[in-house]
Amino acid sequence: MEVPILKQGEVLIATFQAALSDADLEHLRRGLVQQVVRFRSRGVIVDVTAMDVMDSFASRTLREISHMIRLRGAETVIVGIQPEVAFAMVQLGLTLEGVATALDLEEGLAYLIEKFKNID
Amino acid sequence: MSKREITSRDSEARGGPAVEIVRSEAPSELLRELVAHLRQNRTLLREEWVVRISETRLLTAMTKEEIFAEATSVYDSYVEALETEAFEALQAYARNLSERIIPRGVETHEVVGIVLLLRDVLARSLFAKYQTDFKKLNRILDAYEPAANRIANTVAVGFVQERERVIRQQQEAIRELSTPVLQVRERLLILPIIGVIDPQRARQLTEQLLRGIRTNRAKVVVIDITGVAAMDVTVANHLVQTVEASRLLGATVIVTGLSPEIAQTLVTIGVDLGKMNTVGDLQGGIEQAERLLGYKVVTLAEPRQA
Repeated sequence: MEVPILKQGEVLIATFQAALSDADLEHLRRGLVQQVVRFRSRGVIVDVTAMDVMDSFASRTLREISHMIRLRGAETVIVGIQPEVAFAMVQLGLTLEGVATALDLEEGLAYLIEKFKNID
Repeated sequence: MSKREITSRDSEARGGPAVEIVRSEAPSELLRELVAHLRQNRTLLREEWVVRISETRLLTAMTKEEIFAEATSVYDSYVEALETEAFEALQAYARNLSERIIPRGVETHEVVGIVLLLRDVLARSLFAKYQTDFKKLNRILDAYEPAANRIANTVAVGFVQERERVIRQQQEAIRELSTPVLQVRERLLILPIIGVIDPQRARQLTEQLLRGIRTNRAKVVVIDITGVAAMDVTVANHLVQTVEASRLLGATVIVTGLSPEIAQTLVTIGVDLGKMNTVGDLQGGIEQAERLLGYKVVTLAEPRQA
């Protein structure tokens, strides 16, 4: 199942609906990295609230998305990681280093807006 | 039962050994005789038992009257269990007794001790009664001892089970009490940790903290470990993991109250604390958290003189 990418002002929002296959993740990465420049977006939010498992591939892809988008001139924030998922990830050593995280969509937006303000 | 009697009669007819016959047909009768004897001498035997209990300095946590009262009901339940060979009532009584005496600090060896004493006192009275008839004594003991052993067993197991139940309950209570996640300001949680952290508790702590972050929508968490005396590699790593997991939920963690000893240990064992935000004491931690959240605390007036 592909992940829809929504545009909201200066921000792109991608919300995971269910567990994703590796191909879906690749597709998402390509889509986000292309669209962030096409829409001249300044921020990207990836909402993973619906994910109850995060494997190493998914976590690496999220990290790559974040780093690639920074190279394309925007900020990424991952939101909605569940407490159990967070702990499982940490135990597996998947700590999403260098990637911004926030509690939920609302927090993520607030984080980006704060970030934009600092830049402006 | 009747089937066994028939079998034993058969073996008699075949000229089997005489002892066999008596053994298989008599136990219930013998027990009845035994119980009658114990009922008859109730006062005397109970008295003797109580004397023996105080002589051996068991149950020192209880007064003489209490011991006597308990002894009476234990004696009666004991004889009843011998008579009916039904242990449920005795088991319930043992559990009830344990419930009452455990909070008073009665130890396992004392409970086992008094039951064995009673067994002893009763056996002695049997020796005295049947000393002239050795064969009969033997048969009586054959009937008495398995039942008495089972009773001792039942009481001891009942006591230990009750004790374990109490311990489990207390452990549960301590665990519940020991991991409070408190909100001090909006979006600011503190987690004071006191005492020894074992892996199970560490796990529980993390779970509660992560859940707390979610429900309180916390942005900053201050973990205060002033009350933690020692920390080993496992716990230190767990702490690092907790910090990282909290970050994945979008919360910053500040660790406060690392004692010099713990700091030394952590440096010596080479735990990477680079990712951890540490402040000397809880006050400093809360102040930094307030700065992160954009709070500013000002004094409005001079504090009144107390």
